[in-house]
Amino acid sequence: MGGEGVVASDANREESRLVPALKLGDEAAFGQVVDRFTPAMLRLARVYGLGADAAEDVVQETWLRVLRSLDRFEERSSFRTWLFAILGNCARGRSEAERRSVPVAGLEGDASPAVDESRFFPADHPRWAGMWTTLVDSWETIPDERLLAGEARERFRDAIEALPARYATVFVLRDVEGWSSDEVCVLLDLSPENQRVLLHRARTRLRAALEQYLGADPA
Amino acid sequence: MSDRSAPSCQDIVELVTEYLDGGLDPSERLAFERHVSICPPCRGYLSQLRRVSSVAGTLSEDDVPERLRESLLKAFRDWKTGPKGR
Repeated sequence: MGGEGVVASDANREESRLVPALKLGDEAAFGQVVDRFTPAMLRLARVYGLGADAAEDVVQETWLRVLRSLDRFEERSSFRTWLFAILGNCARGRSEAERRSVPVAGLEGDASPAVDESRFFPADHPRWAGMWTTLVDSWETIPDERLLAGEARERFRDAIEALPARYATVFVLRDVEGWSSDEVCVLLDLSPENQRVLLHRARTRLRAALEQYLGADPA
Repeated sequence: MSDRSAPSCQDIVELVTEYLDGGLDPSERLAFERHVSICPPCRGYLSQLRRVSSVAGTLSEDDVPERLRESLLKAFRDWKTGPKGR
């Protein structure tokens, strides 16, 4: 998985080339950064519990703030870390105003296991303690179209939005947007261990949601 | 509690992200891989979590809503010609 870091830093280099163009008022460069980041910004704003319209407002406000403070951006951080930090502030403000739950960096709260313990032999089993009691399908025979198209795609989106906000934030950045773990740790001020725990909890819950969907809808 | 030198299936399912992120030390990694190589359900589970991660990557292909894009480009033009512009 070392390759992801390389991709991320290539992307960062390209972004840092766009910043001077933005400062000079290059509209094409602005269009490029808008196209690149806005879908992710909308998704993350939704993670703060905002509806579609409020998420668009927050994204718009973020870009306006970015333009207003562009002259002061000194490229000590990558452009996107800076951009998403501003987005986080705007979304948090809006979310608090609407009294929604706000992602926090800690790990407090629910720590339910990745897989329900009823699917394993109990710890006092003489021979099979902690082993699966059931088979687990690899999903390898399920074509991408079935997992990615139409209803499954919507269910997956819904399942992401239903996650606790701090799980969803890490998941969206890592697995949807392809950020490196280092970048996510910097943006959200997380230790690498906590970042990994949050990502794992998100993935395991989404896996369970997909499993339920696939089980309920046999091919 | 989990035993990382001889993990059970229940331990394995908690270690998958650490494994995929390269966070396990060499002996833990070896124990993980050894378990998965002889355990079809854990192999299935590993492949499911990989799939969740790869399916998620395809969600990033969304477009920017046209109305929002237009309004952002307009804001950019205003910014450019406004008091902060040059």
